[in-house]
Amino acid sequence: MRSIDIVLRCVSTSGFVLMLVLLDSLSATTDTRRSTYDDMSRDIRAMQDDDMANPASLWVNDGAALWSQPAGAAQMSCADCHGDAATSMKGVAARYPVFDAARGKPVGLEARINHCRKTRQQAPAFAPESRDLLALTAFVGRQSRGLPITTGDDPRLAPFVEAGRMIFERRQGQLNLSCAICHDHNAGKRLASALIPQAHPTGYPIYRLEWQSLGSLARRLRNCMAGMRAAPYATGSDEIVALELFLMARARGMATETPAVRP
Amino acid sequence: MRVQRSNPALSSRPLDCFVASLLAMTAIGVAVTLGVADDAPTIANGAITTPLTATPGDPVRGRKIVANRQVGLCLLCHTAPIAEERFQGDLAPDLAGAGARWSEAELRARVVDARISNPSTIMPPYGATGDLTRVAAAFHGKQLLSPQEIEDVVAYLVTLK
Ligand code: HEC
Ligand code: HEC
Repeated sequence: MRSIDIVLRCVSTSGFVLMLVLLDSLSATTDTRRSTYDDMSRDIRAMQDDDMANPASLWVNDGAALWSQPAGAAQMSCADCHGDAATSMKGVAARYPVFDAARGKPVGLEARINHCRKTRQQAPAFAPESRDLLALTAFVGRQSRGLPITTGDDPRLAPFVEAGRMIFERRQGQLNLSCAICHDHNAGKRLASALIPQAHPTGYPIYRLEWQSLGSLARRLRNCMAGMRAAPYATGSDEIVALELFLMARARGMATETPAVRP
Repeated sequence: MRVQRSNPALSSRPLDCFVASLLAMTAIGVAVTLGVADDAPTIANGAITTPLTATPGDPVRGRKIVANRQVGLCLLCHTAPIAEERFQGDLAPDLAGAGARWSEAELRARVVDARISNPSTIMPPYGATGDLTRVAAAFHGKQLLSPQEIEDVVAYLVTLK
């Protein structure tokens, strides 16, 4: 897939400035954005709100244990470097993906955790979607609960946000649909029995009742791609990071719900 | 039969350079291939008059295809007078009365490739494989419905007076 490179070379910062202006005017006037939470049944909302009832708490607790557990050849824990997550990780998940200056491109939270794991702890990276990676991501994300999403503030991300928007609006798959057709133009309507949400990734990783498990945003996106009968983007690919970045920037200012529950 | 027309996927894209790159990528795919090569349908005025197959469509089988969420997928978007299917979508017009609003030939063209009558339609092309991007490997080059299935669906739609 070379198209993303072409996009990055073409897009100027003016588009980004325009987007910021649009987003700001959106929030200043009538913000019509809704979290999927707002449209869930009372039961599922109650499950998300109550830590004792929220099944994702199991992963958060595992993550808390992993946080202070020495690992790898370095025999260091996350806490050895970062201390109390309640302070050091507050607001962190709410700004990911961030611009990684060393690589010159955005990096997601899971990749960032794995980077620390490899370079600081000198331990093998966690597999994508593995229980430990989901647990640590949920634990870090939990420290941002209630805080507004700030992803996309960094102007260096502008071309990548725009690349994500391209993917969001592009027709794909055997059904020839785009993300935007469902989530921009038909949100609030019913796709068979499912209410189409606006697709703001406010609560990842989520406990999805249909999965009976915690899962990442990338997993959720793969579900939608499968629904469109489109070839999925590879895990950690530039495309998937750009798409996640675009979705998070599109949800800028909305409250973090991690770990959310979804039907 | 190949029909030349612009790519509807590009119509909403403001960024010229991206459009240019996509166009370059899909330049060979811009022509739309309909049906089977030998027996390809002729499209005139948004209608396909000649049936796609020699065997006439079966409205009973057509109804089953429309009702089936894995095969027809129609009820994801449409409502239809199929009472036993409880969950029907509301992204598209009610199929009730479609047979009164459209001729058989127009219905056939709709199902084969709704882009013929509306280039920006969200309705998937059931009988065309051209002009698509990133189709999953399992579905590559495959039509959503076979010519016979399309004839069955059309035969059912015609009964919806
Ligand atoms: C045909 C309609 C359709 C298309 C196309 C589609 N989605 Fe979805 N999406 C849904 C529905 C319906 C849900 C709600 C969950 C469910 O029932 O599957 C959903 C859920 C989501 C969610 C979860 C929101 C939450 O609160 O957790 C995200 C994020 C999302 N979609 C993003 C995307 C992206 C990105 C694309 C394109 C790559 C896409 N979707 C394509 C219908 C669609
Ligand atoms: C992803 C959404 C979607 C799916 C799936 C879909 N359609 Fe449609 N269909 C539409 C929309 C939207 C229209 C309205 C006209 C347009 O935009 O092309 C439409 C229009 C029609 C019409 C004309 C309706 C009228 O009376 O004006 C017929 C007939 C029809 N579809 C039949 C079907 C059949 C049969 C199937 C399944 C084999 C199907 N559609 C699947 C979205 C869909």
